Amino acid sequence: MRITQGCFSFLPDLTDEQITAQVEYCLGRGWAIGVEYTDDPHPRNTYWEMWGNPMFDLRDAKGVMMEVEDCRKAHPQDYIRLNAFDSSRGLETVTMSFIVNRPENEPSLRMTRTESDGRSQHYTWETQR
Amino acid sequence: MLMPDAPTTTESLPTSVDLAEEYQASGVAEILDELDRELVGLKPVKQRIRETAALLLVERARRAMGLSHEPPSLHMSFTGNPGTGKTTVALRMANLLHRLGYIRKGHLVSVTRDDLVGQYIGHTAPKTKEILKKAMGGVLFIDEAYYLYRPDNERDYGQEAIEILLQVMENNRDDLVVILAGYADRMDRFFESNPGFRSRIAHHIDFPDYDNGELLSIAESMLSRQGYRFDAKASAVMGDYIERRRCQPHFANARSIRNALDRARLRQANRLFEESAGPVDAEQLSTITARDISASRVFAAGEPSHKETTP
Repeated sequence: MRITQGCFSFLPDLTDEQITAQVEYCLGRGWAIGVEYTDDPHPRNTYWEMWGNPMFDLRDAKGVMMEVEDCRKAHPQDYIRLNAFDSSRGLETVTMSFIVNRPENEPSLRMTRTESDGRSQHYTWETQR
Repeated sequence: MLMPDAPTTTESLPTSVDLAEEYQASGVAEILDELDRELVGLKPVKQRIRETAALLLVERARRAMGLSHEPPSLHMSFTGNPGTGKTTVALRMANLLHRLGYIRKGHLVSVTRDDLVGQYIGHTAPKTKEILKKAMGGVLFIDEAYYLYRPDNERDYGQEAIEILLQVMENNRDDLVVILAGYADRMDRFFESNPGFRSRIAHHIDFPDYDNGELLSIAESMLSRQGYRFDAKASAVMGDYIERRRCQPHFANARSIRNALDRARLRQANRLFEESAGPVDAEQLSTITARDISASRVFAAGEPSHKETTP
């Protein structure tokens, strides 16, 4: 099942050229960029593993693309996303986030119902491989 | 890339390129003129920069016409004594390469050993990579590059930084230009012990010392930038000062001149306080007189022929 979260996730996967262009856009607005990866794309899994620190003071997208390459090499079968942080409010706020790498076989999300008191039902989602 | 890649269809290729027009359009002329105007002396350096610019323009024309082209490697080494303008020229170089479309952003990241080499095992690689990432699309200027390599300590982490640098210089030639700078003799020794660097750096540019006349005109342009000027006598005394200062130890060309001027301004301010009874005018406030310079210890140290005198 194709996971959709962040920007552009309903579009076909971005090519490296397109990713570079997006990163250029972010850097042009003075945003810092962080690379994160995870094997669990559950919507409640907000905090992914960080691939190094977010990158501040970059001028060119190539620096980010190098990290993305390294991360892809180390985690080819994981989800990798780029987060852009805007500091103009005095704290680093995620203003943009998009997926740049997906595993070949994406896990699916499965909903399970549980009955509890009375006839009320509880729903949970879990990732299934 | 700033420039679109060469079109693949043959009919759309231009059959001739007007180099002069390209030269004007790229804004390179401006930078070269600026270089001539603002930097005194440095003839061989300017010549090399002009050659580099010509090469890049031709390369660009070749690309536009669909001829085979290979981006030239532009890593450089600047060697020269202290105060001969290496950093200043590096800044101009970044700007020039940007105008020619060789680098994408045209900023200069200036670093020394401390910024590249870490304190403990595993600290160096991320540190060096961080700097390299910041320099992408621009120029990485490594000042006093020979400190990276410490032959007396085998386990020095400098070697690790060198290896990463070499790798990036080779693989990311389109993305950044590395300029190594330092004093000539120590740079030579550094290149001897690191043949990898020598072979990857195509352009070795030597910065000659300024002669006395050049230093005087540098002094005058420095002062006018700060809104000061010499009176007629002070100019002559300054010429004398430069001659004497050159013979003393730790002479650092333009940097020595800058320091001398700073001290002269100090003395001028002091003189104004002591002498002036009434209000002073702008003329007095911005004139450096012979007295302000001749009070320097350089004149007390004896004749210029006595090279062994200590300051």
